[in-house]
Amino acid sequence: MVEAAWLIPAFPLAGFLLLLLVGPKLGEPRSGWIATAAMGGSFAAAVTTYIGLLGLDAHGDADNDRQYVQTLFEWVPAGDFQVDIGFLVDPLSVTMTLFITGVGALIHLYSIGYMHGDPKFSKFFLYLNLFAFSMLMLVLGDNMLLTFLGWEGVGACSYFLIAFWFDDEANASAGKKAFVTNRIGDWGFMVAMFLMFTTIGSIQYTDIFANAAGISESTATAITLLLLVGAVGKSAQIPLFVWLPDAMAGPTPVSALIHAATMVTSGVYLLTRMNGVIDVSASWAPTTIAWVGAATALFAATIAVAQNDIKKVLAYSTVSQLGYMFLAIGTGAYVAAIFHMITHAFFKALLFLGSGSVIHGMDNDQDMRHYGALRKLMPITSATFIIGWLAIAGVPPFAGFWSKDEILAFAWEENKLLWAVGFITAILTAFYMSRQVFMTFFGRYRFADVRAEELEELAAMKVAAAETAVTEAEAGIGDAEAAVAKATEKLEKASEKLVTREAEMADADAADEKATEKATKNLDKARDGVEKAQVAADEATTAVEAARRAVSAAQAQVAHVAAASMGSGSLEFDLFVAPDLGDIAEEDLPEAARARREYHPHESPWTMTLPLVILAGAAIVAGGMNLPFASDLHFLDHWLEPTLVHPAHLTSSASVKWILAIVAVMGGAIGIAAAVMIYLKGRFPASKVELPIMAEGWRFDESIANFMGGPGRKGFDLVAWFDATFVDGAVNGVGRVVREGGGQLRRLQSGLVRSYAAMVAIGAIGLIIWFLSRASF
Amino acid sequence: MTGQTITFIFGAVIILTGGIGVVASKNPVHSALFLVQTLMGVALLFVVQEAHFLAAVQIIVYAGAIVILFLFVIMLLGVDQSEEWQLKESIAGQQPLAAIIGASLLSLGVVIVAIATDTITGQVQVSGERALDNQFTDIERIGRVLFSDYAMSFEITAGLLTIAVIAAVVLTRTIGHDELLPDLEPGPMALPDTSPYGGNDSDYAEAADVSGPEVSGESQGGD
Amino acid sequence: MEVSTDWYLILSAVLFSIGATGLLIRRNPLVMFMCVELMLNAVNISFVALGTELNDVSGQIAVFFVLVVAAVEVVVGLALVVAINRRRRGATADDISVLRG
Repeated sequence: MVEAAWLIPAFPLAGFLLLLLVGPKLGEPRSGWIATAAMGGSFAAAVTTYIGLLGLDAHGDADNDRQYVQTLFEWVPAGDFQVDIGFLVDPLSVTMTLFITGVGALIHLYSIGYMHGDPKFSKFFLYLNLFAFSMLMLVLGDNMLLTFLGWEGVGACSYFLIAFWFDDEANASAGKKAFVTNRIGDWGFMVAMFLMFTTIGSIQYTDIFANAAGISESTATAITLLLLVGAVGKSAQIPLFVWLPDAMAGPTPVSALIHAATMVTSGVYLLTRMNGVIDVSASWAPTTIAWVGAATALFAATIAVAQNDIKKVLAYSTVSQLGYMFLAIGTGAYVAAIFHMITHAFFKALLFLGSGSVIHGMDNDQDMRHYGALRKLMPITSATFIIGWLAIAGVPPFAGFWSKDEILAFAWEENKLLWAVGFITAILTAFYMSRQVFMTFFGRYRFADVRAEELEELAAMKVAAAETAVTEAEAGIGDAEAAVAKATEKLEKASEKLVTREAEMADADAADEKATEKATKNLDKARDGVEKAQVAADEATTAVEAARRAVSAAQAQVAHVAAASMGSGSLEFDLFVAPDLGDIAEEDLPEAARARREYHPHESPWTMTLPLVILAGAAIVAGGMNLPFASDLHFLDHWLEPTLVHPAHLTSSASVKWILAIVAVMGGAIGIAAAVMIYLKGRFPASKVELPIMAEGWRFDESIANFMGGPGRKGFDLVAWFDATFVDGAVNGVGRVVREGGGQLRRLQSGLVRSYAAMVAIGAIGLIIWFLSRASF
Repeated sequence: MTGQTITFIFGAVIILTGGIGVVASKNPVHSALFLVQTLMGVALLFVVQEAHFLAAVQIIVYAGAIVILFLFVIMLLGVDQSEEWQLKESIAGQQPLAAIIGASLLSLGVVIVAIATDTITGQVQVSGERALDNQFTDIERIGRVLFSDYAMSFEITAGLLTIAVIAAVVLTRTIGHDELLPDLEPGPMALPDTSPYGGNDSDYAEAADVSGPEVSGESQGGD
Repeated sequence: MEVSTDWYLILSAVLFSIGATGLLIRRNPLVMFMCVELMLNAVNISFVALGTELNDVSGQIAVFFVLVVAAVEVVVGLALVVAINRRRRGATADDISVLRG
């Protein structure tokens, strides 16, 4: 039954190829079902392999130490360097495949509902299956090179999936960021692989495990630190975590699968797999791992407290929880790390899928300030989400409590300071998760609130319209004044004519009747003309005044409109109090706000809620894997023992363990209580806690960008200059030297016979001298 | 001072003055005449060394045919009015170099002769026919050896002479007219300019440029 | 003072260097040929002298062949000079440099 191992990655690969060829033709939702079926088949194969592995004796002879290597074929036969495509079936890899395929299948199912209506539906599942294949190769590979193959594959798929909606520039950038940051870590992995090969002569895990004790301390330390670099990139620890929050630009199932349950755990898996090497390294190397994890956990938790995007909170939470796993590895508690990885996979996937459901129900709005009181409107989602919340907050008897407590116990034994950091992080975790739950599912329904920025936009539009009216009115003034000028001119002309006619009248001879008549007529006409002109001038003047009044009226209107749009109320965001609209009428509200008042958030379809329910169940009972009460209940401990060189055991007394557990629970309670005070009851203003610098991620991203853009760019330019000048220069220089040398040599061939004759003569003389020197006399 | 010594000095003086005359004469006809002088001197030295046949052949062939040929060509081409010695030396450093080479060759020759012993020339077993002191006369000796040991070379030389005659005819034939052919224009064989330092066409342009007496040498190795 | 082979060899060397210098200095092609003849004659002297010393007639045979080849060479060379002078009157050795690189 163990031989079914090859089926585990084969199913997703087949799904990928099938969808690659005929995916678009199959369309929605058939391609989704095929992908899910592939994952389901893979899960079945994983279960089969697991049962088969159980059949192998754990402590039998050395050959059969509960591991089975299935070699498919030779991959790289290069002299000393032999790499085969083979699968190492042992407790660690089988555990990982079980939850990867299980959670993966659920997420595939979920995606069918989530990606409904997307034009690139089949492509999504194609990528998901490819990702699953890569991840399974990573986990099942029996040598470092296969793991690296999967490592790179998941990095590439992560890029594909994050940038799935790449029409938006921001998404494409996020994908690139993820890939590039991962790549930096990959360098560490590669160099570690090279180092391992030169030290032991093989990169097979069985050989490494057998020969690990023989590696010198400095080499082992080097390998450990290089592997840490790789793990830091993949598992988003300081300083390479910056890609994970940006990765939320991808669809939510991607965040759930890749950035919660599977890909980010590869770093933890790698370190666990290489525990033999870490064991022989200098003692400060695992301590470094532990501190990297602890620092990351605290750092990310502080940032998560101030995030408003529902997915960003979960992203930073993931970084924080991964820090816990690294902390566990650093203290030698590999089982605790794996335990936490499994429980984390369950509840983090649950939380992500739940948030996806919320987003789906809230018309793709991801800002938690716009949620509130969704508990009644989305019952299943909220119930499962609350279970996930309790799990991550460390509330017994949910899964998270058991795994986190074990990590904290090991930390206590290693270094009290580490424990303190972990403890504070636990409080913060409880706090921000409770904050998220309260803001989303409890409190006041805020979705229909009018938002300040909308009104501002509306006001701005209206003001703009009013100002155009003002401009038009001012143009009208110009016209009116022109008309006045014309009328005045006409009046002057008419007056002049009148004077002329009067003069004619005076000149006309009284005796000349006809002339007198004519003159009189003209005079009358002139007088009429003057009157008319006068009237026209008066009208024009009134027109100008009317236009001026119109302008001032328009300007008044501008101010009025502005005032009216903003209303006299206060639109500041407040969790508990609805915004005061003041004197803005209902009809004046922006379009979007009115649409939101009509909108009814709804529960998601069964394809989305069923996985939520299953994961919630897992989050409740998964703690049973490694209960600390009695040695018999340490199932995971016993199960994973063959893969560890030095299984760690807690040496504290039972009472210390009890006290630590109670303190941990109290820490969680403090966090929840604080969140209740601030976000449920409103006794304490949130702005005091959500500091802006935390919201900006302590400006970590910015500082990297500034550094890379500033001194970093100078460094790159320097390297580029060096390359162009020296490297290219050397290559080109060779050509140039040859050409110039040839050009100089060319001058010897002058075409002149006498020069040639001279050269012949010189040669002959040289020969004579040479013979002369060699002859004996 | 034996007779041989005097004769040798006499012949040597003739030869050397003739040689210097060949090199230093302005008029090529004078050079040819000085060449004849040198050849006569050489013939004299051959006679002194009992190589009578060679002396005769030297005078008949060299002085009597080759130099005549030289004179014919000089007259045909009318280069007797060459102003060569008035032209500036066109190749830089050629004259000092020539002096150095001449001096080196001379000194090397003298040095070799002065310090060499018999081991340089080695001893060769001479067979009866080739020895110079056998009973044959000079001509007989030469005839015997030439047509037996060196017969092959003799035949090849005959072929060579034939080739030379044909070559002379081919190279100097005029195709159609008797007067001087027109100047060379760059024909269809003009090569394209592929050199990065300047074209080949310039050479053809210069080649076509014939300016009678004031033909100046091209500068050495111009780019 | 006995005339030894050395004298002839030295004479030959002097004549040869005169011819070489002349070849390098003169530009008239005909005179250059004459200088070549000088050099060949120098070699002839040397051949005969050494043949006499070694009591071998091969020296004289060699001179014989040198003579023939010199004649051939002059024939062909002068034919070339004639052909060149057809194109350009008064061409010197320096004018024929089309084959330069």
